[in-house]
Amino acid sequence: MHFTINGQSHEVEPDIRTSLLDLLREHVGLTGSKKGCDHGQCGACTVLINGRRVNSCLTLAVMHQDDDITTIEGLGTPDNLSPMQAAFVKHDGYQCGYCTPGQICSAMGMLDEVKKGWGSHVSKDLTNPELTDEEISERMSGNICRCSAYPNIVDAIREVAGADA
Amino acid sequence: MSNSTNLTMDKPTPTSLLDTGAQGLIGEPLQRTEGPLKVSGNATYAAEYALEKVAYGVLVGSDFTLGKITKVDAESVKSLPGVIDVVTDFDSFARNPQQGGETKAPTQGVEDVAYRGEIVAIVVAESFEAARDAAHRVVVEHDAPKAEGRYDFETQRHKTDKPADDQIPAHFSQGDLAGAMAEAPHVLDVTYTTPSQNSAAMEPHATTAHWDEDGILNIYGAYQMPSSDKQQLAKALGVSASKVRIIARYIGGGFGSKLGIAPEAVAAAIAARQLGRPVKCVMARSQVFEATVRRSNTEQRMRLGADAQGKLTAIGHDSLVSNLDGEDFFEPCGMATHFLYAAENREINHDMVRLDWLLAGSMRAPGEAVGQLALECAMDELAEAIGIDPIELRHINEPDCDPETQVPFSSRQLTRCLDEGARKFGWDKRAAPGTTRDGEWLVGLGVAAAARGNMLQKSAAKVTINVLGKATVETDMTDIGTGTYTILGQIAGELLGIPLEDVEVKLGDTNSPPGAGSGGSWGAGSSGSSVYLACENLREQIAEKMGVAAEGLTLKDGHAIGDNRRVSLSELVGDRGLSAEGAIAPGKQEKDTRQSSYGAHFAEVGVNTTTGEVRVRRMLGVFAAGRILNEKTARSQCLGGMTFGIGAALTEDLIHDPRNGKLVNRDLAEYHVPVNADVPQLDVVFLEERDVHANPLHAKGIGELGISGAGAAIANAVYNACGVRVRDFPITLDKILDGLPAM
Ligand code: FES
Ligand code: FES
Repeated sequence: MHFTINGQSHEVEPDIRTSLLDLLREHVGLTGSKKGCDHGQCGACTVLINGRRVNSCLTLAVMHQDDDITTIEGLGTPDNLSPMQAAFVKHDGYQCGYCTPGQICSAMGMLDEVKKGWGSHVSKDLTNPELTDEEISERMSGNICRCSAYPNIVDAIREVAGADA
Repeated sequence: MSNSTNLTMDKPTPTSLLDTGAQGLIGEPLQRTEGPLKVSGNATYAAEYALEKVAYGVLVGSDFTLGKITKVDAESVKSLPGVIDVVTDFDSFARNPQQGGETKAPTQGVEDVAYRGEIVAIVVAESFEAARDAAHRVVVEHDAPKAEGRYDFETQRHKTDKPADDQIPAHFSQGDLAGAMAEAPHVLDVTYTTPSQNSAAMEPHATTAHWDEDGILNIYGAYQMPSSDKQQLAKALGVSASKVRIIARYIGGGFGSKLGIAPEAVAAAIAARQLGRPVKCVMARSQVFEATVRRSNTEQRMRLGADAQGKLTAIGHDSLVSNLDGEDFFEPCGMATHFLYAAENREINHDMVRLDWLLAGSMRAPGEAVGQLALECAMDELAEAIGIDPIELRHINEPDCDPETQVPFSSRQLTRCLDEGARKFGWDKRAAPGTTRDGEWLVGLGVAAAARGNMLQKSAAKVTINVLGKATVETDMTDIGTGTYTILGQIAGELLGIPLEDVEVKLGDTNSPPGAGSGGSWGAGSSGSSVYLACENLREQIAEKMGVAAEGLTLKDGHAIGDNRRVSLSELVGDRGLSAEGAIAPGKQEKDTRQSSYGAHFAEVGVNTTTGEVRVRRMLGVFAAGRILNEKTARSQCLGGMTFGIGAALTEDLIHDPRNGKLVNRDLAEYHVPVNADVPQLDVVFLEERDVHANPLHAKGIGELGISGAGAAIANAVYNACGVRVRDFPITLDKILDGLPAM
């Protein structure tokens, strides 16, 4: 099968039972995406598939022939962090770091959803939502952080979104 | 000159070199040095080491609660493609994890299953998928249990035993509590209950075990305390501790759950030995819930007696807690009750109810976290009964020394925390219960005191300066998200005058000097002091090379300055470099002073008038924990603790089925830890403080202070919002609904 992962072509023949998360971690050697629950309950495994955020533990690798997958490793490197990654460092949007790759990928996908005008449970205007702190918190609630860096995660995302706008 | 400096804290350390360092690193809100690795997915956790020929292990837990195993039917799954073997060792597998800091093996023996989910075998395969499939298919046959299961706390609560004394005595009595209660004009006698809880660190327990050619067992493990974990594991396997090396460079959270060796490490090590190849074993999330460790449920009877002015004459805190047979740990609910408030007549007791549930052990702030839910809600109830402000009540009962031992407090700013917080939070806006409305919400404010005992643990570190003038810190201390990498770098950089980017901190490898490990909020004080002492020694060595007295030496920006000369460290230390070891140990100061960090929590909540739903709207924590080494990471520790407090107050409830001992909610969808939308932008304030009795850094513990009392502030705010006092945690809407005022 063929996948594009972080801009690179990968030919892998996964077991039909292999989740996209395990494909990344165990077969491609990209361990940045984390496994916190393997059940779609924590968000630690969030990656971007064709630009949209997805819990990679909840989708089988074989469903992603030719898909364009972006993991945390594809967003930036330690020496060349993406703006979102740098904002997480600046605002201490993490502690143990285990949920962090998922938070950052999720934040990227989330900002794109807001840009496209997708509403949420807390949006005042369902077709043209404004990115308030409440909106960020709501939309990031699929990503658990047991270290509870939530206020700092919101600070980081707000800053990046503001710079973008 | 000896190149090691040891200190036992028998005396105060009135001066700290951190106050005279010239590098300007201490206290600053510096970014985590390992941050770029973490945010780019390049920090390596236990299951992420790419070892040659690694096999995948998946654990098999018992699907029954009690009974002796008669057969593990391995044959039927061994023929599945990719399966290598099904390994079990009834005598050696760990029945449950060990507690933190112990040097004995965890309780071993899994043939007689003691609780549901006990790990009884490990399936090893060429792929994770094959191992998981086979593990699901393994049938474990068993006899009927010999005794009836004890699955229901309610029916067992009358059968108690007195646990062995631990950090605090199981029972304590002073004066005449009953007499004082009988005489007091204001009395409170209420019982609070808290459920079992799970630390739910985001990284599940994981071990990659590899026996190398030299017969050394290398464990890449998610462990908070490698130096004692190594001893525990060696004993479990019957090998010498020198044959075990634990590597734990990054740990995806612990909160107490990864203090002691857990079943997956023993199983993976045995399987790896038997198969002659590395085995990687990550617990499934359900197994983390079922087969690691919980915080005990508690039933806490609080008795308070006060005179007409509100001065306490009696404090009674009687706790029932639970654990498995043969396990000594008891949740020390009364820990802070021993010293938080003055009162002559006191009883603080803990009794154990034996249940066939998984192990009870440490979870963030064992004792204080749940003990202060009871004590600080009781204080709120008493204040209401007397008709005084709860902050005033705490002022009135502020002791001037330890109320039991009469030793002085090493430092204590509880009332200042309360007063500062009151001002900052707008405490004067607090109205009578049930009287503040905001649309469909009833709004209330609550306050609670925070206290977490300060501890020092033996800890050692080695610090080296190389020919480039760069420093390396080595210890097997860990960073579980606490900021250890950064603060140890700051301490070394400050004392050696080396910029932070030129200090490399190497943690989590038992080949390095044994550190305190992460637990009990002792990490910074203990491990930081060992680094301090090593650097103190290096400063003496450098002073000697400079030919000046250590006191006359200034170290800054990679240079030594003294006697009107400025020489680069690189030049001074030369090709061979310089190194030193430092070691700290607790001493008489522990007994000569009462050491604790203090704080005050303020919460504003909304209670929905229709549904009874509780939302935390604002929270402020004001803390005094000695010197704050890094304002940014310390604040984050407090945010985390406060959020654990939100969970304990409102959502976290590990439910044991009373009929069969099954965990009802063994995953993150059903065990509700706070998510982003549950947590408002929390405020944290630190008060300036130095504690000369604690350690040479003058810093006290901070990691668990934020949780202590936090939930009580929320519970008290709920009461203030709607007039409903819920004493059975968590405060879910069903417990509020009936008591809501008619609208
Ligand atoms: S690992 Fe995928 S959501 Fe938890
Ligand atoms: S940083 Fe530890 S779980 Fe989020």
